[in-house]
Amino acid sequence: MLAESLFFSAVLFTIGVIGVLTRRNAIILFMCVELMLNAVNLTFVGFSRVYGAGGQVFVFLVMTVAAAEAAVGLAIIIALFRHRHTVDLQNINLLKG
Amino acid sequence: MLLQSAVSPGTHPLAGTIAAWMWAIPLLPLLGFLINGLLSLTAVARFGPADPTAASHAAHGDEGGHGDADHGGHHAARHRFAGITSIVGPGVLVAAFLLAAAIFVRMHALGEMSEPFIQQYFSWMPVGDLSVDVAFRLDQLSMLMVMVVTGVGMLIHIFSVGYMREDPGYPRYFAYLNLFVFCMLVLVMAANYPLLFVGWEGVGVCSYLLIGFWFSEKANADAGKKAFIVNRIGDFGFLIAMFLLFANYGTLDFSALQAVSGQFVFGGALITTIALFFFLGCTGKSAQIPLYIWLPDAMAGPTPVSALIHAATMVTAGVYLIARSNFIFAAAPVAGLTVVVVGALTALFAATIGLKQWDIKKVLAYSTVSQLGYMFVGVGAGAYVAGVFHLMTHAFFKALLFLGAGSVIHVMHQAYHHTGSHDDAQDMRNMGGLKKYMPVTWVLMWIATLAIAGIPPFAGFFSKDEILGTVFQRAEQGSTLAQAHWLGLPGTAVLYLAYAMGLAAALLTAIYMTRLMLYTFHGPNRTGEKEREHLTEAPWIMTGPLLVLGLLSAVGGWFNLPELITHAIPLGPTAALEHWLDPVVGAGTATVVGPGAEATAASTETILIVVAIAIAIAGISIAVAVLKPAALVPKRQAKPEEGFERVLANKYYVDEIYDATVVQGTYGVSRNLLWRGVDVGLIDGLLVNGSAWAARFAGWLGSQLQSGQLGTYAWVLVLGVLLVLGAFHHAVLP
Amino acid sequence: MPGPTPLFYTFHFYLFGLIAVASALVFVTRKSPVAAAMWLVVTMFSLAALYVMLDAQFIGAIQVLVYAGAIMVVFLFVIMLLNLGEPSQIADARGLGWKLAAGAVGLGLLAEIFALVRGTVAQPFSLPEGYAAQQVAAQGAISPIAGPLFHQYLLAFEITSMVLLTAIVGAVVLGKRRTDAR
Repeated sequence: MLAESLFFSAVLFTIGVIGVLTRRNAIILFMCVELMLNAVNLTFVGFSRVYGAGGQVFVFLVMTVAAAEAAVGLAIIIALFRHRHTVDLQNINLLKG
Repeated sequence: MLLQSAVSPGTHPLAGTIAAWMWAIPLLPLLGFLINGLLSLTAVARFGPADPTAASHAAHGDEGGHGDADHGGHHAARHRFAGITSIVGPGVLVAAFLLAAAIFVRMHALGEMSEPFIQQYFSWMPVGDLSVDVAFRLDQLSMLMVMVVTGVGMLIHIFSVGYMREDPGYPRYFAYLNLFVFCMLVLVMAANYPLLFVGWEGVGVCSYLLIGFWFSEKANADAGKKAFIVNRIGDFGFLIAMFLLFANYGTLDFSALQAVSGQFVFGGALITTIALFFFLGCTGKSAQIPLYIWLPDAMAGPTPVSALIHAATMVTAGVYLIARSNFIFAAAPVAGLTVVVVGALTALFAATIGLKQWDIKKVLAYSTVSQLGYMFVGVGAGAYVAGVFHLMTHAFFKALLFLGAGSVIHVMHQAYHHTGSHDDAQDMRNMGGLKKYMPVTWVLMWIATLAIAGIPPFAGFFSKDEILGTVFQRAEQGSTLAQAHWLGLPGTAVLYLAYAMGLAAALLTAIYMTRLMLYTFHGPNRTGEKEREHLTEAPWIMTGPLLVLGLLSAVGGWFNLPELITHAIPLGPTAALEHWLDPVVGAGTATVVGPGAEATAASTETILIVVAIAIAIAGISIAVAVLKPAALVPKRQAKPEEGFERVLANKYYVDEIYDATVVQGTYGVSRNLLWRGVDVGLIDGLLVNGSAWAARFAGWLGSQLQSGQLGTYAWVLVLGVLLVLGAFHHAVLP
Repeated sequence: MPGPTPLFYTFHFYLFGLIAVASALVFVTRKSPVAAAMWLVVTMFSLAALYVMLDAQFIGAIQVLVYAGAIMVVFLFVIMLLNLGEPSQIADARGLGWKLAAGAVGLGLLAEIFALVRGTVAQPFSLPEGYAAQQVAAQGAISPIAGPLFHQYLLAFEITSMVLLTAIVGAVVLGKRRTDAR
């Protein structure tokens, strides 16, 4: 089932990437990133069947990081929204050099 | 370092004899250089940084002024160590000459010596396949050159004591002169090309230092630089030739190269190229067309320097080089014909210029160029013995001519010095009638003049006649040279042409030398009323060496008498020099002559000799008949020449042509291409400002990427990932 | 599980995989954030099922708990809080050109990933078929993870806890309404 896992993982990852490239809503963008993380997790789990439980440990770590990321990222979005009253990324260019 | 010198195992007949001391011959002048150099350094400390010669020469204006002059109230004192220098300077040369003479006697007593005597001192450049030793080689050719260099050098050193004694730079002068002799001895004694090149460059440096000896005048310093730069062009050829030799034959040692000379493809492109590049080096050092222009300007140096370096020894290094490389030139007939043509052209060309020069030293300078041309005709035609023979006799009579001219200038100078006149002490228009005041110099100069003109039994006749005779023979007997083609011309025609040009140059030589003698010593005196009473013979320390050289000029030709003459008059052994040099150049000469050559008929030879003598006498007669010393006016009243005479007086405007083409061309390239193009445009513009601009552009580009749009960043990131994965795909997966 | 994989297993594996892909596709095409979030939850549930089928029961459980349960709820919570539920509020998604370009880039990426996956797996390191299932049967679902997590990867685990702590502090600071601003 390794090949199938990798196949689905790749497809999901690509869908996440396309989402990131096409959407402008910050929250949906964020969810696309979560989808990519999940796709990678699927790869880890698939490989853990072949190489041992280390892969699952990494999934565990990725999940905690994802949780932390979600907390901070959503807090940033809330702060941004308060400031600008929008989550449209085209209107947010504070990083302009 | 020389104490640990490893003398080659004692199989050679010279090993263990006085010849084992041959390293001391060049070392003695080096010792003199060190002592005199140290003495001259003390003077700098005493006189301060200013050049003491500046005051004494600034007043004088012409490039030939010399050190005992002092027109400016200020007394440029004689150097305080002049006494030591007077002993050390010539002393080391006397010692070197005596040692060389002792070795020569020992070598001569051996009779036949087929192998050269080589001493290896230490390994100089052991790099990969290249192994160059510091080694001296003593064979018949280098022995002869050592004798000429130390002998003539000794006489000129002694003469210099009288000529330069009052100069504040006296020890410096002798330091340079001793260093020159050291380098020249290294040149002629070297056992391989790189060491020869060391001497070659060393004499170039000394030449530069001595031409610009009175460097406080810009013209003198410029003349030194000109000589140095023109010689670099020739050195480029020498280096290329060495590289080619090593790249193709793997060695630069004379003996080793001679051993592999059987591999040379006769007349092949490679060996011809090597020979031509060597000849390019010779044209620089020995002042041949097109690089002869530095030698007349080199007369800016003290007159004994002109005699030693720019007439007798250094400028003949090219002739020596070709004689030394005879096995290379013999295998390249096209290169040999090139040497003949260039030599003949130079001989004729310089002789015409010599016709209209007024500066006594310039006449002699162009005469030297012309005579060097003769030597090249000789060695080019495979008459190595004749070329070296003329080298030797020329060293005698040209040194005598220069030293005689030096005496005249010295006396003229002192006369002008006494009266405070600023006239040109070297211009023949200011001389005239000097035979009354300087009878010894007059007689000796006439001997040298007859010798250079080719009047028997003086030295020049034999050597010049042998060169011309050999060229004629090469054409007549169908040698390898005659069979070759030069730029489409058959070699026979080229050789006959060279013979005709040589005869024409001989005629011109007789004319201009007689002109020099007539204007300088005959006719009325044009020096001036007040100066006339100060005209007198030069001191004995100067006329003494002249006497010796006069004797050599008179009988020097008897070293190599043709059979035709010894048959009639028993003056001495037949062709002694030819026998002596046979182990060195015999094989090369045989290659050039080729098989099936027969001796020239005695009748032909007689005709050639008669023609040569007739030409010389005709030249002298023409000069005496046409030139009117009485009609001459001093330089300050003289009118400029007209027509072709003006072209001759201005040396065919060659300097001007070179200036307009080569010098201005170089300036133009330097200014427009190197400065404005490369330096300003490429380096400043493209590299310096360009890198700044590139950095600024990169910064601008980077700042444009920082749009603040997260989407843009995501796109760039993903495209980057695509690229990296693609590259990874290419790099890792099959 | 020695021998050939049973058809029953394979069928369900493909079923959940296709559900995951399909729901993910629906997710990225929704205009309404709330609908998108709900479709993402579907994807995550399917993934949890896949995890279980891949003998990672513990991961499947926390996938449901942490991802589908906690993280996605936070997302929904924020959407509701900011009142972004209306699909028309933002003219979301870029133009057609951008979409096509994104599709092309996605296809390229997919192609490259597949090309890389064709690389060989390092055989000497691979475990025998069905090893994970045996381990779960012998030790239970948790201890095969807990072992390496608290021994081999202890440092990473501790750093993760620091990351979480930092994230909590950061979220509080960022989310706090600044009363004293300006």
